[in-house]
Amino acid sequence: MIKTFNRGGVHPPENKISRNAALEQLVPEGIIRIFISQHIGAPAECIVAKGDKVKTGQLIAKANGFVSANVHSSVSGTVLGIENIADYQGIKKPAVCIQVEGDEWEESIDRSAEINRDLSKTSEEILAKITEAGLVGLGGATFPTHVKLAVPKGKTAKAIIINGAECEPYLTSDHRVMLERGEELLIGVQLLKKAVNVDKAYIGIETNKQDAIDSLKKTAVNYSGIEIVSLEPKYPQGGEKQLIKSITGIEVPDRALPIETGCIVSNICTTLAVYEAVQKNKPLFENSITVTGKNLKIQKNFIVRVGTPLSQLIKAIGGIPENTGKIISGGPMMGRAVSNLEAPTMKGSGAVLFITDDEAKRGTKSNCIRCSKCVAACPMRLQPFLLYKLAERNMLEELKEISVHACIECGCCLYTCPANLPLVDYIRLGKTRAMKLIVKPK
Amino acid sequence: MNKLIISPSPHVHGEFSTKRLMRDVVIALLPALLVSFYFFGFGAVKVVGLSVISCVVFEFLIQKFLLKTAPSINDLSAVVTGLILSLNLPSNLPWWIVIIGSLIAIGVGKMVFGGLGNNPFNPALVGRVFLLIARPVEMTTWPLPLTAVTPDATTGATPLAIIKEGLKNGLTIDQIKESSDYTFSYLDTLFGQIGGSLGEVSAVALLLGFAYLLVRKVITWHIPVSIFAAVIVFSGILHFANPDRFIDPLFHLLTGGMILGAVYMATDYVTSPMTLKGMMVYGTGIGLLTILIRTFGSYPEGISFAILFMNAIVPLINKYMKPKLFGEVK
Amino acid sequence: MDSTILTTVIMLGVLAAMLAAVLYIVAQKFKVVEDERIDGTESMLPGANCGGCGYTGCRSFAEALVKTDDISVMFCPVGGNAAMTKIAEYLGKKVEAKDSEIAVVRCAGSCANRQRINEFDGAASCAVMAATYSGDTDCSYGCLGRGDCVSVCNFGAIYINGETMLPEIDEDKCTACGNCVKACPKLIIELRKKGPKSRRIYVSCINKDKGAVARKACTVACIGCAACRKACTFESIVIENFLAYIDPNKCRLCRKCVEVCPTESIIELNFPPRKPKMEIQEQKTDGAGSETAAS
Repeated sequence: MIKTFNRGGVHPPENKISRNAALEQLVPEGIIRIFISQHIGAPAECIVAKGDKVKTGQLIAKANGFVSANVHSSVSGTVLGIENIADYQGIKKPAVCIQVEGDEWEESIDRSAEINRDLSKTSEEILAKITEAGLVGLGGATFPTHVKLAVPKGKTAKAIIINGAECEPYLTSDHRVMLERGEELLIGVQLLKKAVNVDKAYIGIETNKQDAIDSLKKTAVNYSGIEIVSLEPKYPQGGEKQLIKSITGIEVPDRALPIETGCIVSNICTTLAVYEAVQKNKPLFENSITVTGKNLKIQKNFIVRVGTPLSQLIKAIGGIPENTGKIISGGPMMGRAVSNLEAPTMKGSGAVLFITDDEAKRGTKSNCIRCSKCVAACPMRLQPFLLYKLAERNMLEELKEISVHACIECGCCLYTCPANLPLVDYIRLGKTRAMKLIVKPK
Repeated sequence: MNKLIISPSPHVHGEFSTKRLMRDVVIALLPALLVSFYFFGFGAVKVVGLSVISCVVFEFLIQKFLLKTAPSINDLSAVVTGLILSLNLPSNLPWWIVIIGSLIAIGVGKMVFGGLGNNPFNPALVGRVFLLIARPVEMTTWPLPLTAVTPDATTGATPLAIIKEGLKNGLTIDQIKESSDYTFSYLDTLFGQIGGSLGEVSAVALLLGFAYLLVRKVITWHIPVSIFAAVIVFSGILHFANPDRFIDPLFHLLTGGMILGAVYMATDYVTSPMTLKGMMVYGTGIGLLTILIRTFGSYPEGISFAILFMNAIVPLINKYMKPKLFGEVK
Repeated sequence: MDSTILTTVIMLGVLAAMLAAVLYIVAQKFKVVEDERIDGTESMLPGANCGGCGYTGCRSFAEALVKTDDISVMFCPVGGNAAMTKIAEYLGKKVEAKDSEIAVVRCAGSCANRQRINEFDGAASCAVMAATYSGDTDCSYGCLGRGDCVSVCNFGAIYINGETMLPEIDEDKCTACGNCVKACPKLIIELRKKGPKSRRIYVSCINKDKGAVARKACTVACIGCAACRKACTFESIVIENFLAYIDPNKCRLCRKCVEVCPTESIIELNFPPRKPKMEIQEQKTDGAGSETAAS
């Protein structure tokens, strides 16, 4: 049976044009810049200094507190210093700059291609390895994985849900991982199950990746308690709350964490990283990045070291095509436009997307015709048109009253709006203001 | 390479635009227009053309010289208003009345509130009701379809008016159906062999347009279907209670612009509720009011008034009929 | 006929009398007893409801003034000292005279001075833009030019200059209510002492990058070279994070710093022309100053 969530959502054209490009390692060169804060939570504490020699996989910044994550060097070479580096959006953050010299890995990392099927580690051991490896959610939010796996007192986990929906158009890196690293992925799932002591796991995959569904189903017969669930392609199916609803039929209560339903959701790439961290001792220092766009001659799914400058990825696909209007880090629905092409990649970077100039600009804004398409499209069942008007007028109390906190910023409202109103722009702003999340520069 | 464009997400946009939605409404109205041209001939062409052109011109002039904003006639909303207004008029209406109706529809119905998106009432209906009250004789002299014209009868009453008149004269429904005025069958109302305004004559053509609107996702089924349901249930109860006094639901559905109103006028985006629940309440209200006005009021036809009345209640419906939040906890 | 009219008149008269009685009773029963001084105080306030005092409007400020014993820290920037003295007299409380202030825009990165390197296509709001990325120039501190300050100003005292794309203050209209200061996501606008004869000197830049980086992004950026600090004889200039700041309380308006600034990022307003020997300097500073000077 093909499942999905019941209300809201949109069907943007899939455009998965890079689906057949096999994962490919991008060799790091030049200077690599690794942000010491690549996750939600406290920034890590830097433990290297200028002039230090580091190896690939060596710890360079230590987690600072529980909600934080270790950061490891993604290359071997000499530390040039800790500088403020502009990220994709031009916002400066401290980063460790390393001059690449060869590629010498830490001895503890198992670099063999052999699959390690040993599942004898205890829950504590697995969690310790995950914490050690600095794992964060690779779906985009970069929430530290060990925090997510720590079930709060009084709550019990019942199932692990693996998010293979990849509902964003264009993106294919999860798809490639499922196809090429299927068995390792399933071992990762088993490890996650063991870490939180549950015996049921679901992998939700949209039916536009039928080959991945088939191959994983074939492999999954060797692993107990893993169910592959076919999902109807619909955005934002990969949203945590939508995915739980699609697979289990339970809605995460308003203002509650997903654990309330007994489900813990993990991303495909994160799960693979769990396998690598636990079975291969490999910290998180590289991730898969889709480089795609309608105007690119070659589509790629790269495995990229964290901290590689974006310009190097662009060089690898032969430069920016002349008719590029916009470059996006992430998918077209929730990714962020890039203004700084020298910025280094981060743990959470999942894609680099080129949009042609005729598609890059939004349409002209006109009057709201109250067509209610935004209300129908909102997967959280909010009233975007109303939130928009209130947010534009900065009426924060009223915004709170109509549950602005529930907005997941998926962008369905703006996607569907016939009047091209910047709905989610203002709702996002109103949400941060109403919930006092905005941080003013000092 | 040009300067990179930066914007917040999302970076792609769906297929909808105001213009496309309005164009789809125009396309959906084409079958009904063609049928009216066939039955009413050149008179119908004249009324439609005049109404559309004057609506567009008035919108343009008001935006340009009164509101001093950039004219937005490109979005085709004035064309839709003009078309729907004309479908509410008899084909022999003098030209100047059509123009006055357009002026009221665009000027009073829409522009005084700030243009598209801000008007509380359906502009075409404002124009229509204004004309109905201001020029009742011209507005209720319905020419018969060309195919039904006889040497001594070029105009006739609408089916609803015949029933109303008959009931007033103390006849029962069965007696009215046997009288000489009652010259049509249900099949005629389905295809348009009856007297009436341009758009209310052919149920089939209108339903064809309804199907198109549903396929193109311009509207959802909620408003029309809840109107039809309310009409069937309410008039059905009345009919079964007293078949001599109240005519059957099918008759109500097929006559008096019921389909035109339910599919094209009640579903007007601007003046209908924002949530599906609200749409059902709104549709049910329209259905009930229509039957109430038709059977107990002094006007034979009621859907225009019913829609306008429910338009006024829409803000209230929007306030109370909120969608249930994802994972809402009470 | 007569009787009809008579009955009507009597009926309506009785009805009116009854309703009037009801209204009177209701008004008496639900009467809110309020300190009448609140009304009196409110009438002395400007009635702009701008929120510059920190309260939601003039009424709530008047209430606060009446209820608070020590009102010396409360101030209505629109009414100014005149209104506050009058109110204090009326309420029998004490206020201290404050220097009148005015908003200044601390960015001179016009289109000519600061190259636009990308194009923003989101909602026309500085707050949305600031939440999206660092801005459409290399300077991540500078004005975004989307006019959030303009839309919050209740006095029409701020507007975007079409040529420079920077906000400008209309000195006659600005009441220093501070709404624009709160609205600016980049914290560019500052309330400064208006100064004698509206003369004032300030650094029109808030870029905290290293000098070379700042200079590359904008030709009139403060590069933190400290030439002004050396020139200042009153120790009114501090330099922090490669950025100079002139303390308005210490500055004696001698204009020495303006002359030495290599990037012309220090701006003087409403001064008389300099003596002839400074002619060359004068042209230069006027050129830079005119961008933010009130028209």
